Amino acid sequence: MKLAYWMYAGPAHIGTLRIASSFKNVHAIMHAPLGDDYFNVMRSMLERERDFTPVTASVVDRNVLARGSQDKVVNNITRKDAEEHPDLIVLTPTCTSSILQEDLANFVSRAQLEANCDVLLADVNHYRVNELQAADRTLEQIVRYYLEKAQKKGELPQNKTEKPSVNILGISSLGFHNQHDATELKRLMADLGIEVNAVVPHGASVHELKNLPRAWFNLVPYRELGTMAANYLKTEFEMPFVNITPMGVVDTARCIREIGKLLNQLGVETDFEEYIDNQTRFVSQAAWFSRSIDCQNLTGKKAVVFGDNTHAAAMTKILSREMGIHVVLAGTYCKYDADWFREQVSEYCDEVLISDDNAAIGDAIARLEPAAIFGTQMERHVGKRLDIPCGVIAAPIHIQNFPVGYKPFLGYEGANQVVDLIYNSFTLGMEDHLLEIFGGHDTKEAITKSVSAESDLSWSKDGLSQLNKIPGFVRGKVKRNTEKFARDRGIDTITAEVLYAAKEAVGA
Amino acid sequence: MTVAARPDALNFECETGNYHTFCPISCVAWLYQKIEDSFFLVIGTKTCGYFLQNAMGVMIFAEPRYAMAELEEGDISAQLNDYEELKRLCLQIKRDRNPSVIVWIGTCTTEIIKMDLEGLAPKLEAEIGIPIVTARANGLDYAFTQGEDTVLAAMAQRCPTEAPVSAIADGEKEERHGLRRFLDFGRHKDSQEDGGGQTVESEYIDHPPLVLFGSLPDPVATQLTLELKKQGIKVSGWLPSRHYTELPVLAEGSYVCGVNPFLSRTATTLMRRRKCKLIGAPFPIGPDGTRAWVEKICSVFGIEPKGLDEREQTIWNSVEEYAALLRGKSIFLMGDNLLEISLARFFVRCGATVQEIGIPYMDKRYQKAELDFLTKTCDEMGVPYPRIVEKPDNYNQIQRIRQQNPDLVITGMAHANPLEARGITTKWSVEFTFAQIHGFTNARDLLELATRPLRRNNNLKDLGWDKLVKEDAPV
Repeated sequence: MKLAYWMYAGPAHIGTLRIASSFKNVHAIMHAPLGDDYFNVMRSMLERERDFTPVTASVVDRNVLARGSQDKVVNNITRKDAEEHPDLIVLTPTCTSSILQEDLANFVSRAQLEANCDVLLADVNHYRVNELQAADRTLEQIVRYYLEKAQKKGELPQNKTEKPSVNILGISSLGFHNQHDATELKRLMADLGIEVNAVVPHGASVHELKNLPRAWFNLVPYRELGTMAANYLKTEFEMPFVNITPMGVVDTARCIREIGKLLNQLGVETDFEEYIDNQTRFVSQAAWFSRSIDCQNLTGKKAVVFGDNTHAAAMTKILSREMGIHVVLAGTYCKYDADWFREQVSEYCDEVLISDDNAAIGDAIARLEPAAIFGTQMERHVGKRLDIPCGVIAAPIHIQNFPVGYKPFLGYEGANQVVDLIYNSFTLGMEDHLLEIFGGHDTKEAITKSVSAESDLSWSKDGLSQLNKIPGFVRGKVKRNTEKFARDRGIDTITAEVLYAAKEAVGA
Repeated sequence: MTVAARPDALNFECETGNYHTFCPISCVAWLYQKIEDSFFLVIGTKTCGYFLQNAMGVMIFAEPRYAMAELEEGDISAQLNDYEELKRLCLQIKRDRNPSVIVWIGTCTTEIIKMDLEGLAPKLEAEIGIPIVTARANGLDYAFTQGEDTVLAAMAQRCPTEAPVSAIADGEKEERHGLRRFLDFGRHKDSQEDGGGQTVESEYIDHPPLVLFGSLPDPVATQLTLELKKQGIKVSGWLPSRHYTELPVLAEGSYVCGVNPFLSRTATTLMRRRKCKLIGAPFPIGPDGTRAWVEKICSVFGIEPKGLDEREQTIWNSVEEYAALLRGKSIFLMGDNLLEISLARFFVRCGATVQEIGIPYMDKRYQKAELDFLTKTCDEMGVPYPRIVEKPDNYNQIQRIRQQNPDLVITGMAHANPLEARGITTKWSVEFTFAQIHGFTNARDLLELATRPLRRNNNLKDLGWDKLVKEDAPV
């Protein structure tokens, strides 16, 4: 047993449902007790989905506990088949069905005999995998199922598309800015003269899956979702894939170069260097921003990054490599894929944290006192408590992170968006200076943070008045630093002199 | 069944139970805030935790007094010892939070693996010195607000049978009340008087002790207490009270009355285990419900209620602009929180027609007075009886909604946006659970909630984009 207040990645069935509900005309039936269909609320609220979420429950109640599901699951599958005529029904196990150990595979094969649609049992175990791993698996499972089916029927298209083409794998519902990213990636492919053969799973029909091998290669933009499917396609159909996340100017260029290299190997003469150069220097604003004097003010400022593998790694590299920001800590909650993360970020940050315990991250942030945090909604709340601004870069997220406006994180427009996010998270440079020079917004009110309540130190009148001249957003930090300084030296009354001595000692 | 089919009686049906509702563990979200010295430990899986953290939104960031005891594979396969594991976590809670009570919420998983929480609790309680209350609020047996019912039923067992025996303890209790009264000073002046000096006591009519059950926000509890005080009825206590240490005295023969329609287990426990007498009344939701509730309690104590007529009328007058919006409208309640019968009765009184009342579970005995009141209200307002559907099937309901095209659908969030996109006005039902809707005072809030979508859509009605899905696709 584990005492837990919060979790970063959801339970396995959420991953399966995200994949199933991303496809067109695929229905998921959860083998779950009443109330476990909370996924529908999330999809309906967070994504402001206009259509009914194609997820229903085959309810596990006392009767099921006593006698087993018997015909209930099969009936629910055939009923849904008759009502909505989906192409595929995915039977989704939950934590409850994991321990009931009912023969769900048997239900699936029985239902398959009666239903017109295909029926699959999601191959996920609640106690072994989390939301992200389950999503990756389910996507691979569905892709594999339809390719094997087409193969058996001899319906597999034999040749590649005429022009170079790509499948984009891993765009899913409830994914962080996924739909904007998909648009941006399609635009990028168009710029490169590459046709998009398929985007999977978002908005795809399972009937299109047999066409996946027609593409020349696969692009897997996110580390967490799509890798298994890409590996399967590579093994079975010798399709190469590119899995460099095109986030930030440098990695976008790396991703494009990798695509170029692939196409060259496949016998197409391409040279994307001019495109990259033109985009980087003149079209996208991100490279220019990092040279501009605004960005100078960010030099050496401390930041903490935390999130999923994809976004935390990319963000760490952008901050450190493209903006000269000092990343004191980079972390991920993808413990199952920790080695990859370490390898990606270790040269760009002081410290790496692999944990899914939100208190550990909160404590690290409190200890490091960065000028800004880039994390999930949880870190945003830690930031609020500590008075540190936070830009949200990864799930878990809430409704604010499903903006209506166009806000990709990937590609060249994504790089622009990330610049805005970073710049707006740090306190504006000039404002910072001016407030420091003029002693804050308004010194009439002596706002002291409650931190002082537990302090054993007393502040002299002039010390306090100096402290109050310090802009609000750094005051708490200065106060803590000064008190630490005083305590270390056995000073019991803090005067203005002590305050400044501390400032000099810390070099802040 | 022939009786049910008679047109002059309410018609009850039962469907498949395939409907959307919140898991009953959600009750921790409001109960931990109500019972200030409690700690709620939900013993379940990631699925439970995920639900709580998402459904309860920002609340979880305010250092909540609740947590998950997340079961791992070793717990499921009994490689780990339940008792030792729970002891470890509860000691950690004791150390970090030092609560007066730890409430264990059993979940589907603890049911299936048959973890004997009721058996473990007394042992651990003795060992760590903190009361442990066990409630099985799981999705196998219950829906949403019924979670509170399971917790309160368990707490009812912990209420003292008589005021502390020793004079010292008695004085202590008085003192604590005294201190609270002091702390509450200025907040609700009226309430301080109760239990005070002789002069105040005489304001009450002599009647057997009355304890109200149901968790309400403190201001609402105070309002209802004062409403009864106006009739000379003294509320001896509330289950739950603001602190676990102040659970009300329940002596044999005490009277109890519920304030919410989903408290049937609590009512049963109070009657059978604590030998209390249940006052079966309509629930104090809406001015009509509040009046009927007060009247019923008065009648049990042989009191002639005073001034209720004017009181109710004044409230109706003051909310006329809102009530007018509901007049002549048709309403469909999909059902997810058991407040449905009371809400429907109130809507009918406002002048609406209710087409269907979906409800997760219908206790016809506990809700008898409310059901009778619904029938009476329909008769008085001259509208047909609504069809009452227990354990509804959301898919079928949506087909019916499309046929009947109601002016307002009260529904969960899973269906709200898709229905709105199809031009059907909806009100999210969960808000009725969290908003203050009880008593005369909150009638305005209740109507404010119910009419908000109508007012919003009135504002937008000339824009011409009320249907926002392309094809009328089958749902």
